[in-house]
Amino acid sequence: MARNAALKHSTHKKREASGAASAAEPQSAKANHPAHSLDRLIHERMRLGIISALAANESLTFNDLKNLMHTTDGNLSVHARKLEDGGYIACTKSFEGRLPKTEYKLTANGKRALENYVSHMETLIKQVRSR
Amino acid sequence: MGSIHLVTQPQEEPPALHTRAMDNLQYIRETMERATAFTAISGWGLLAIGITGLMTSFIAAHKSFKSWLAIWLADALVALLIAGWSMDRKARATQTPLLSGPGRKVAFSLSPPLLAGAILSLVLYRSGSTNAIPGLWLLLYGTGVITGGMFSVSVVPIMGLGFMALGAATLFAPAAFADWFMAAGFGGLHIIFGVIIARRYGG
Repeated sequence: MARNAALKHSTHKKREASGAASAAEPQSAKANHPAHSLDRLIHERMRLGIISALAANESLTFNDLKNLMHTTDGNLSVHARKLEDGGYIACTKSFEGRLPKTEYKLTANGKRALENYVSHMETLIKQVRSR
Repeated sequence: MGSIHLVTQPQEEPPALHTRAMDNLQYIRETMERATAFTAISGWGLLAIGITGLMTSFIAAHKSFKSWLAIWLADALVALLIAGWSMDRKARATQTPLLSGPGRKVAFSLSPPLLAGAILSLVLYRSGSTNAIPGLWLLLYGTGVITGGMFSVSVVPIMGLGFMALGAATLFAPAAFADWFMAAGFGGLHIIFGVIIARRYGG
């Protein structure tokens, strides 16, 4: 059962990765359409929110992000981990007195990804308006 | 024999791609705006306000009520200027307009308790109950900081709670301690929380 769960997890990860890959390397002419080259890693609402919040701050703690996104510890850590694995955010863990402190920062890759995403959205809007 | 008819619900059209794109852009903008509230309050500004508050409490101590009031009102004006200048500097550094969503929210939340404090101070002054004014100021300032701090980092409402606790203590303590409470609140709390905000939330 545990194996099944691990397999499911790895398949899910592969799907994520393939999503990101398709964003980087469009495989067909159809993929040239902005809607098909979206960065799926940050297209998800929660992850888009995390990236946007970090873009407006030098760094934010886990609790700051949790309060800002109105989410649970589990949900935030899952999405933050995906962004960390994708190299979009960096996480540092330290202790403040006896309390553990997790701090997140946007990496250069993450900043670029957000900029690309915003320009994708703008292109989509422009395309419709120019029709 | 009955026959089965398939009832198909009229399907709502999925939102157009460009509508979703606009929605996403708005979401990014709103999230960034909400997150900017985390840095809108300047810690260094609060520290400077705390230092002037501490100085004012020592200058105003043991003066006649009119002089005491004039000195504190002058300090309030100085504090307002420091707060405006330091928040503007921080907003420029993070490239956020000061009077955007979060800035407006903080200003609107902080103003009503301060206005209530000004009106009540006038009423107390006219009725000769001036001893209650320091406690009232601390209490209502704390209320304003808590409501304004709802849009900011959690440390700000905690500072507000500190002011409210000091205000309540001042109202029930002998009038001779009022200046000490003013020094602890407008001086001490501003300095302590100013340093915390400056160190943790980028200046």
